[in-house]
Amino acid sequence: MSYNIPAFRHPNLPKNDLGYTSKDYEGAVSTLCAGCGHDSISAAIIEACFEMSIPPHRVAKLSGIGCSSKTPTYFLGNSHGFNSVHGRMPSVATGANMANRDLLYIGVSGDGDTASIGMGQFVHAVRRNVNMVYICENNGVYGLTKGQDSATTDKGSKSKKGEPNALEPIDLCAIALQLGATFVANSFSGDKDQLVPIIQAAITHKGFAFINVISPCVTFNNTPGSTKSYDFIRQHMASTNTVDYVPPATEITAAYDEGTDERVAMHDGSVITFHKLESKHDIHSRSSALAMMQEFKAEDKVLTGILFIDQDSQDIHEAMNTTAAAPLRSLNADKLCPGSSALEEINNIHR
Amino acid sequence: MKRDIVTNLFVIKFANVNGTGSASANKLFSKSVFRMGVPISPKNIFPSNIQGLPTWYEVRINENGFLGRRGGIDVMVGMNPQSMERDIAEVEKGGYFVYDSTKPLNPELKRDDIDFIGLPLMEKCREMYEDPRQRQLFRNIMYVGSLAALFGMKLDIAKQLIAEQFKGKEKIIEANCLALQTGYDLAKELHRCPIAFRIETRDKVGNKILIDGNEACGLGAVYGGATVSAWYPITPSTSVIDNFARYCRRFRMDPETGQKNFAIVQAEDELAAIGMVIGASWNGARAFTATSGPGLSLMNEFLGLAYFAEIPTVLVDVQRAGPSTGMPTRTQQSDVLSAAYASHGDTKHICLYPSTPKECFELTATAFDLAERFQTPILILSDLDLGMNDNMSEPFDWDDAKKYDRGKVYSEEDLENMTERFGRYLDVDGDGIPYRTYPGTHPTKGAFFTRGTSKDDYAVYTEIGEKYIGNMERIMRKWETASKEVPKPVIRKTEKPCTVGVVYYGTSEASTIEALHHLNAMHGISLDSMGIKSFPFSEEVGRFIDEHEYVFVVEQNRDAQMRTLLINEYNFDPEQLVPLLHYDGSPITARYIRHEIRDWILQTTTAPRRRSRFY
Repeated sequence: MSYNIPAFRHPNLPKNDLGYTSKDYEGAVSTLCAGCGHDSISAAIIEACFEMSIPPHRVAKLSGIGCSSKTPTYFLGNSHGFNSVHGRMPSVATGANMANRDLLYIGVSGDGDTASIGMGQFVHAVRRNVNMVYICENNGVYGLTKGQDSATTDKGSKSKKGEPNALEPIDLCAIALQLGATFVANSFSGDKDQLVPIIQAAITHKGFAFINVISPCVTFNNTPGSTKSYDFIRQHMASTNTVDYVPPATEITAAYDEGTDERVAMHDGSVITFHKLESKHDIHSRSSALAMMQEFKAEDKVLTGILFIDQDSQDIHEAMNTTAAAPLRSLNADKLCPGSSALEEINNIHR
Repeated sequence: MKRDIVTNLFVIKFANVNGTGSASANKLFSKSVFRMGVPISPKNIFPSNIQGLPTWYEVRINENGFLGRRGGIDVMVGMNPQSMERDIAEVEKGGYFVYDSTKPLNPELKRDDIDFIGLPLMEKCREMYEDPRQRQLFRNIMYVGSLAALFGMKLDIAKQLIAEQFKGKEKIIEANCLALQTGYDLAKELHRCPIAFRIETRDKVGNKILIDGNEACGLGAVYGGATVSAWYPITPSTSVIDNFARYCRRFRMDPETGQKNFAIVQAEDELAAIGMVIGASWNGARAFTATSGPGLSLMNEFLGLAYFAEIPTVLVDVQRAGPSTGMPTRTQQSDVLSAAYASHGDTKHICLYPSTPKECFELTATAFDLAERFQTPILILSDLDLGMNDNMSEPFDWDDAKKYDRGKVYSEEDLENMTERFGRYLDVDGDGIPYRTYPGTHPTKGAFFTRGTSKDDYAVYTEIGEKYIGNMERIMRKWETASKEVPKPVIRKTEKPCTVGVVYYGTSEASTIEALHHLNAMHGISLDSMGIKSFPFSEEVGRFIDEHEYVFVVEQNRDAQMRTLLINEYNFDPEQLVPLLHYDGSPITARYIRHEIRDWILQTTTAPRRRSRFY
């Protein structure tokens, strides 16, 4: 069952530019385990959309199958949602995006859904640069089938069953970077201050924005020997930068230290400001991002933050030159059907 | 050899090596005959290969308008030494074998009951052309010229076709015409022309067109308003999308911006292709894919989701002979069951069975209306024979007053005026068809969560059994509604009441109709017939079978799949449906059907009995 959150609203809840409160961005009550990292990510999505004053109905949220893929029910209740097929969310999102390029597409997936059964679709969605936010809620375990290792489980990491994982993990951020993803970020469900602006930056990005969020599974993979437990991530997390999302047409007044901050103008006029913690990282350099990740991994640290942005990103519609005048789905027969006289010409060619 | 002269009633087959440019020469021959007003039906028989293996092109020339495959070859143009032994053996008694006599024919292959016509084509080409590729290409054009002489045709139509094809490229036109003329003269010089098989101008083609089914499906999708297409290359369906793309580039480029009013995504596999179609359709676009058997298998999971979640989906399945490589470049009607019941859980899908290019065009265009009306997958079951061979067809027509049926969709205004709660899966009208909304329509109303099985009428997650049953029963009501609106069967009844019928579908049509004609003319057997055009079966289908003691079910697969579908859906006594099967990968012939029915009827004096080979 889904349970709806009671309609009662505190009268003094703050409202955004559209007059919505954060409650208007909530969904049904989560049925995930108490303390699940995924619920924190849902909360971050709600906060990001509320702060950016995104009309909820202009969002389409899509997912595959698994615990993570259940979460779209728990945020943006006024948006259309699609809980599709295991590992196949990228294709459904791609098709939806083809039909209407004017909506915001948020895809939610997990490590099983993305790095195993859905790997093929994931890499091709990256390659096509479908304009969407793709969040992989990565807990290194199959939760809904009760605790099997996934393809992102670190070598040696122990799940609840106690067996250390024998195989090398797939690093989704590294793969996304190598495939030419135009926006790649890594974050942690327990770090909302970092995650919310990353989601906002991803929403602003035009193209495929990939966010890998380490999201501990409290039931099956929050054990002392796990490398995706709350404790482990808190102890081993390192950031390349912290991020501020500055909406379009907002004056930037905060003072930043010269030389450590970098402002990245997004296509809609908003600005992402990076407070660099690692001075050598160039946010526009794919190779720098990959090298940094390797370095931190060698030190047994998990690098978080926005790793890479391509500001000149061209999404699939631009690459294919589909009409920008109106969503394809809104075109009528007058634009679509060549009519009887054209058909007679075609008949003639075949005589 | 003394022979009767046969005009416009014979079968010619070309044996070539693939990748040598023979296809366009052979097409030039068949199109010339067509332009002379004589009905033809060409069939390609080709390997899973790009260059070097045997390939055949069989053309039936029939001024009576019978366009199925007849069976048997009268004139073989044997240009491939690899297959020559088989090709010579295939010629019917009294026929001809035309070959390149540059190299002498192996005397062991000679037959006394057919005539051999040798033409030193390669020798001539070596004299005329330096470039080896040109020698190869023009040898093909040359034999087309020779055939014209042998059959008593004039060259003007072939020359006209070359001029049309290479319009503006005078040098190419000239070179091709020279090759044609050389071949013509060569035959005249070396042989008595014309031979006993002749082609003469007639007026039997009328306004008909010559087109393949895949082009017709691609064009039907343009006319049907498809804006999104996602696909993965697979023989024999690839040219459906190629043609969709070609016609879109012609008709769908925005004149002001130069941008595309369509999107075609070549997916990474068939799983993604159907996923994209479902995503686009869910979001309100008309979307489709084209595939063949293996692709249909891969799409099964998603087809189930589309069925349960009630998302319009259009899929063109150009059937072929099974998995992997090799026979899959041959034709079959062997996806009938895997299409009708595709996927897991309780599913069944609307299927359409076109028999001609015109039906490919119309049924593809109609499929989008049906998909949106019934919010479910529509599978169009063409096959390689129809899809990849030129078929003579009635011309296509389109009613400009026709409006797309976008089905039950609430607009922003509908939602705004709605006082009750929106229920995505509520049976508001009692026909089993619920109302849907597109994402992004209304700020506060109409949003819902799409998922497979576990939902109530309001699309809210539930695992309660009664809710599941309620939903599944509503989908069955929808199925009943659909059975009244899908294309009806074509029924032909004999003048006198008759107790035996013949059931066919898809590309078995032409050969069946011809077989019935000859059964009547040659053996005095007249039978009723019914061509099935869609599944679910409309009422007429069951009634036709009921009205007959027994019916033959003609199909091109091993397992009598349509027969199984009929028995399963209607609970017929299996003995009432006699399978008539052909599945060697070549299109079913009229002769085969006639012989099978004749033998069965002459052996069967009482009620039908079991014949062991079929059970």
